[in-house]
Amino acid sequence: MSTATQAMTLKEQLLEKFETELPSLFGEAALRRSAAQQFEATGFPTRKWEDYKYINPDAVLKKGFGTRIAAFRDITAEDVAELSPVKDAYVFVIINGHFVPDLSFSGELPDGLTVESIADAVVSDPAAKAHYAELADSAADPFIAINTALADSGLFMHIAQDSVIERPVHFLHIATNEVSAFLQPRHLVVAETNAQAILIETFESIGPVRSFTNVLAEVVVADNAKLDHYRLQTENEAGHLLSTVQAHVSANALYNTYTFTTGGAFVRNNLNVEIAGEHAEAHLYGLYLPSGNSVVDNHTLVDHQVPNCMSNELYKGVMYDHSQAVFNGKIYVQRDAQKTNAFQNNKNILLSDDASINTKPQLEIYADDVKCSHGTSTGRMDEEALFYLRTRGIGEDNARKLLVNAFAEEVVNAVPHEELRNYIDTLIARRMGTV
Amino acid sequence: MISINNLHASVEGKEILRGLNLEVKPGEVHAIMGPNGSGKSTLASVLAGREDYEVTQGTVSFNGKDLLDLSPEDRAREGLFLAFQYPVEIPGVSNINFLKTAINAIREYKGEGPMEAKDFLALVKEKQKLVELDGKLAGRSVNEGFSGGEKKRNEIFQMAMLEPKLAILDETDSGLDIDALRIVANGVNKLRSPERSFIVVTHYQRLLDYIVPDVVHVLWNGRIVKSGPKELALELEEKGYDWIKAEANTVEA
Repeated sequence: MSTATQAMTLKEQLLEKFETELPSLFGEAALRRSAAQQFEATGFPTRKWEDYKYINPDAVLKKGFGTRIAAFRDITAEDVAELSPVKDAYVFVIINGHFVPDLSFSGELPDGLTVESIADAVVSDPAAKAHYAELADSAADPFIAINTALADSGLFMHIAQDSVIERPVHFLHIATNEVSAFLQPRHLVVAETNAQAILIETFESIGPVRSFTNVLAEVVVADNAKLDHYRLQTENEAGHLLSTVQAHVSANALYNTYTFTTGGAFVRNNLNVEIAGEHAEAHLYGLYLPSGNSVVDNHTLVDHQVPNCMSNELYKGVMYDHSQAVFNGKIYVQRDAQKTNAFQNNKNILLSDDASINTKPQLEIYADDVKCSHGTSTGRMDEEALFYLRTRGIGEDNARKLLVNAFAEEVVNAVPHEELRNYIDTLIARRMGTV
Repeated sequence: MISINNLHASVEGKEILRGLNLEVKPGEVHAIMGPNGSGKSTLASVLAGREDYEVTQGTVSFNGKDLLDLSPEDRAREGLFLAFQYPVEIPGVSNINFLKTAINAIREYKGEGPMEAKDFLALVKEKQKLVELDGKLAGRSVNEGFSGGEKKRNEIFQMAMLEPKLAILDETDSGLDIDALRIVANGVNKLRSPERSFIVVTHYQRLLDYIVPDVVHVLWNGRIVKSGPKELALELEEKGYDWIKAEANTVEA
C-alpha cells in the first residue's frame, strides 16, 4: 500500500473506492452517485450532530479502518454450525460484508421464501427492484449514504403473499480481517401481505484486527404480515458495528424487534420504524450488557403516521466496568395519527462507578387523542434485595448475578422463540461469568 | 444456641443497642417486646448482619462461633434465619429458583451435593402445606404482588425449607389479620423442636397467645430491662410499658 493511501482519510478512501468501483457495483448508478455526493458534502458525523453527541463515531473511525478487505482466517462449516443459535434455521453467511453462498443454506427453501444475493435480486426480482433504497434516505444519515453508495453485497429475503415460514432465517455476519476494514453489507427484507417469518441477524467477529461494519437493512412489512426480527450482537473487542434498520409497517401488520448486545468495542443501532397503516403494531425490545471500555448506543425512532396503531418499547441496560451507553428513543406521533397507543421504557443498572449511561426519551406528539407514555430509570443494585438473598444463604456474588439476571429476564422473556430465548440466556450467563 | 453479651450497635452514628445481654438455649422460644424505638428491629438486623448497623462493643456467640465475624450468607449457612418485618419483593427471581439456590448454597457450605430435583419438589409440596401457601405463589417472583399475609406466610415457608437452628421473627405479626396470624403461628409451632430456638420480636402480646414463649424480655432504650415468664406479656398488654420504664429509670438512677 502506498504512503499516499495511508495518509488519506477514510472519507477520501471511500470516495476514491466509489469512483473506481462504481461501474462494477449493482443497481442504479444514479442512486449511488447521489448518495456519494451526499456523503461527500456532509462527511462522517461529529459530536456537534445532535444524533451523535454522546458517542462520536468520528473518534471511533480515527482508530483507522481501510477499504481493503482480506480475511484473517478461513471460515469453515464448523464455525457456521457453532455460531448458529437455532438448529433448524436457514443460515446465510456474510463474511466481511460479503455473502458467501458456499457456506450458506443450499437446500430447497420452502414455498414462498426466497433468500438470495441482493446484487442479483435488484436486477432480476421485481419486489427487490421496487423496494430497494425505498426506505433508507441518504440525506437522513451519512452511514446510510455511504452504504447506499458503496454496498457491494448482502441479502434479499422475500416472503410471498400468504406464506407462513415456520423455521427462522438466519443472517450470520462474521467480521474477520487481516487488515482493519470498513465493511458495508446491505439487506432488503420484504414480507408481503399476510406473510409471516422470523429473521435472526447475528454479528460476530473473529481475530484481533479491527473491523467496522456499517450494515443497513430495509424491512418492508406489508398489510397483515408478521415479522419477528432479532439482532444478536456479540462481536469481540476488535468489532465495531453500526446497524441501521429502516422498517415500514403497513395496515394490520405486526413487526417485533429484539436487539441484544453483549459484545463489541462499539455498537450503534439506528432503528427507525414507520407505522404507516392503520391497526399496525410494533414492539421494540432491547438489552445491552456492555463491559470493559465498550460503547453501546441505541437510537430508536417510532414514527406513527396513521391513526389506531400501537407501539411498545422496552430497552434495558446492565453496565459493567468502564462501559458507556446511550439510549435515545423518539416517539413521533403525526397530526393524523389519532388513537395512537405508544409506550416506551428504558431502565438501567450501573454495576460500576466508572460506567455511564445517557438516556433520552423523546415524545413529539401532534395528535390530540392519543395515549403515550415514556419512562426511564437508572440505578444501582437493589441493596435491600441483595441483603434479603444473602440472609437465605446465597453468596454475595451469586446474589448479584441472580438480581442482574432477573433484571434482564424481563426483556429475554419477551422472546417467543424458545430455543433462541435459551441461547440468549446463555449469552447473558456468559457475559456475567456464570458459565 | 446464642449468647449475646453487652452488645452495643449504632446506625448512622446513633447508638440504638446499649449493652444488651441475652442467652437462648436450644429448643427455647424467647419473646422480645418493647415500645416503638426501643431497638427490637435493630437487634434482629444486627444478628442477621445488615451492613447499615455498626457493632461498637460486645460479642455474639452462635453455637460457639463468633457470629459478628460472619457474612450474612454464612450466618444463614450456620443456621440463622431472619423472618423480615418487610419481606422484599424481587421481580424476575422465582420463589422456586430462589429457594433451590439458597438450599444448595447451604448444602455446599456443609460439604453436601445439590439436592435432587424431585426431593426438592417434594419438600416444597410438604412445607407449603405448613403455612397453607398456594402452590401458584411458589412459581411466582419472590414476594412480587403478594398480599401482606402472603408475604409473611412466605417467610415462614422459607424458614421451613431452610430448617434453621435459630429463627428470628421480626414483627411477623404486624399487618396480619387474625386468620393469617393463626396460620403463621401454627406454621411456627409445627417447626418448634428441642434443637430449634426462636427469638420472637413483637410489639403486641397477641402473637404470644399462639406462639407461647418460654421467656419474655422487655427491651427498652437498647437494653433488656425486664425478663419473666409468659405471663409478663399479659401484664404488659394490660398495664402498658410506662411502669417498666419507671422501674428501669429507678434502677439506672
